[in-house]
Amino acid sequence: MAPITMIEGIRQAMFEEMDRDPAVVAIGEDIGVYGGAFKATEGLLAKFGRERVIETPISETAIVGAACGMGFLGLRPVAEMQFIDFIACCFNQVTNFVAKSHYLWGAPVPMVIRGPSGGGVHGGPFHSANPEMYFVHTPGLKIIYPSTPSDAKGLLKSAIRDNNPVLFFEHKFLYRRIKEEVPEGDHLVPIGKAIVRREGRDLTIISYAAMAHTSMEAAEQLAKEGIEAEVIDLRTLLPLDRETILTSVKKTNKLLIVHEDTRTGGIAGEIAAIVCEGAFEDLDGPIARVTGLDTPVPYAPTLEERFLPNTEKIVAAARELAKY
Amino acid sequence: MSNPLTREQYLELYYFMQLNRQLEERMVRLFRQNKIVGGLYSSLGQEAVSVGSCYPLEKKDWIAPMIRNIGALLVKGVPPRDIFTQHMAKYTSPTQGKDGTSHFGDLKVRHIVSPISMLGDLIPVMTGVAMAGRYLGQNIVALTWIGDGGSSTGAFHEGLNLAAQQRAPFVLIVENNQWAYSTPVSRQVPVKNLADRAVAYGIRSWIVDGNDVIAVYNAAKEAVDECRAGRGPALIEVKTMRMRGHAQHDPAEYVPKQMFDYWKARDPIVLYEKYLTENKIWDSKAKAEIDARIERELDVEQKFAEESPMPPPELAEEGVYCDGCHEIEATWQRPKAELTPPACSIDPGWQVKDYGSYAEVEAVTRQIAAPVVSGGGNGSKVAKPVVKSGGKPPQKQRPRLAEPETPDIPRVPFGRGPKDKSVRETQNPRDRHQNPRDKRGRR
Repeated sequence: MAPITMIEGIRQAMFEEMDRDPAVVAIGEDIGVYGGAFKATEGLLAKFGRERVIETPISETAIVGAACGMGFLGLRPVAEMQFIDFIACCFNQVTNFVAKSHYLWGAPVPMVIRGPSGGGVHGGPFHSANPEMYFVHTPGLKIIYPSTPSDAKGLLKSAIRDNNPVLFFEHKFLYRRIKEEVPEGDHLVPIGKAIVRREGRDLTIISYAAMAHTSMEAAEQLAKEGIEAEVIDLRTLLPLDRETILTSVKKTNKLLIVHEDTRTGGIAGEIAAIVCEGAFEDLDGPIARVTGLDTPVPYAPTLEERFLPNTEKIVAAARELAKY
Repeated sequence: MSNPLTREQYLELYYFMQLNRQLEERMVRLFRQNKIVGGLYSSLGQEAVSVGSCYPLEKKDWIAPMIRNIGALLVKGVPPRDIFTQHMAKYTSPTQGKDGTSHFGDLKVRHIVSPISMLGDLIPVMTGVAMAGRYLGQNIVALTWIGDGGSSTGAFHEGLNLAAQQRAPFVLIVENNQWAYSTPVSRQVPVKNLADRAVAYGIRSWIVDGNDVIAVYNAAKEAVDECRAGRGPALIEVKTMRMRGHAQHDPAEYVPKQMFDYWKARDPIVLYEKYLTENKIWDSKAKAEIDARIERELDVEQKFAEESPMPPPELAEEGVYCDGCHEIEATWQRPKAELTPPACSIDPGWQVKDYGSYAEVEAVTRQIAAPVVSGGGNGSKVAKPVVKSGGKPPQKQRPRLAEPETPDIPRVPFGRGPKDKSVRETQNPRDRHQNPRDKRGRR
């Protein structure tokens, strides 16, 4: 199979799932004729018609609410946020209605909310955010944040088939920048499983989404200096794959966590706590983190560059950690 | 009467309203005995709304009640024990003690979506239910309620607009009970009738006497039929009155006594009893039989609830995710092939009716329908829709400023508490100048 981009992987997942099961419908703004702001749903309308590709007014609360109601009747709606930043508009619907429904009254909500997230494309403070941690803190949701075309496709297909509400973050910097061959056939990637992208013995770098790639670049650079870093791509943030994290830290004894999300309350803190609870005796150095700043994502390239983690920042932090 | 009911149905309406009231009166007693763990929200005086609006629905239809719509739950077949146990946080309750009040639902059998405390959210959710039902070929109607208070939320407007855009078979009952906690309607919205808002969504609306169960039923029946025929959504404003405080802890001293008196004389159950007697639908024996049946049933149900255990603590950790505990399977009432390529494939082009210029404005305003006003006497005929036609083009209509407030009812001026003697003694609270605070101007 020819290599495909991440956006194509997402598009293929939508096509295949809608083709497989008429209970799968798409709902969102401009997803039909226009094919979505990033063309993730291009061609869906022509193939599946207006009943299955539902174009809505600009009403994020109504989109998520309606998708939830459809889920109650056994449909599997995939709702698109034009930019995931706008999920803030339907925060209540997601966190209070959708997420609590199964716990409180046994009503599963089999729906997916997907949308472009992340910075590095000069989108400014309202089109670059990584709001995943608001939702990682919400029991009842599953949070996926893939970094490769193959994972994006396989995880989105798994998300659509999952009985729970899944938030699917798509890093827009990765949409068209990387290409990868995707396994043929019904390619599914399990939710809740991290993956070791690179084996190493000296320290563990845990990351996800665009920063998984930056971490890989840093690891290659570190290798030239004789530091062999193991790189873990989380892929799913909720539920978190504790086992893969702890196994790696027990092997390398050092942990660096990298994420693009802001520092305070980012997932690095949670991972650090997990490691302290489960592998404290194995640590040979302090748990380090390289993250976005505790600021909104600024617009100007010089400012955004300052905000984002990059290879140099990761390499520098890893060098310090390797000294222990 | 547009929708003749059988004698059994007339009596059943009474049964449900009285069951609603007696159930809640028992819960007030349980509350005073500290047997109700959390809050208790009374629907006293609103029984006709819950019962009358839910009664036209079929078994396959979906509802999403609010906390004051216990009557609707009963009509949908929920046993009173579920309501007792919910309030008492018992393990036998529908949520096994995970939530209280009437926050519970039933997806499979009775088709009830649970409310949450954040108001307005049910409107987009039930729009989705209606859309899914149509998609699956089930020919269902989805109905929910919203209060005067909740009608100011963003979810209300987003949901109603989506329902209108989708022409969803969705009925919204706007339950205007005059008070959002302590705030009267006139302090919440600048319109006289909440149904006026339907105009903004280009949907049909009705205004009915919410204390007249037959009027509520007739309007709801018409709205439900319209939706089932593919002419949804529909909005019904019912005018009623919350006869207690927001919840048990609230003595509602902010409500003028005259207002309570006015509405007490319009008690929906007393009115309906009179109607049944005057129309010779029942006699005192029939009433006594129903009342006795209610007492008998509630005795059993309450006993069950009181004897039920609290949930085991470990339950708190269970059920966050569906790990295969529920089977999710849509009920298809139309061939799946219709929704599978190539049958569902289309030419994805736009169809734009006009170019949206100023010249098109008049034609658009002509299509807007005003609410149908009905009620005003039990069993009164639902009026034909009043359609504004031949409206002048907007360029000649000066934008009308909001009319000055002229409340029909005495009420407490803004910013003054009910404990304030001067407020309570003010004979004419419309006279703002007697109140020095009001000189500062409105908000």
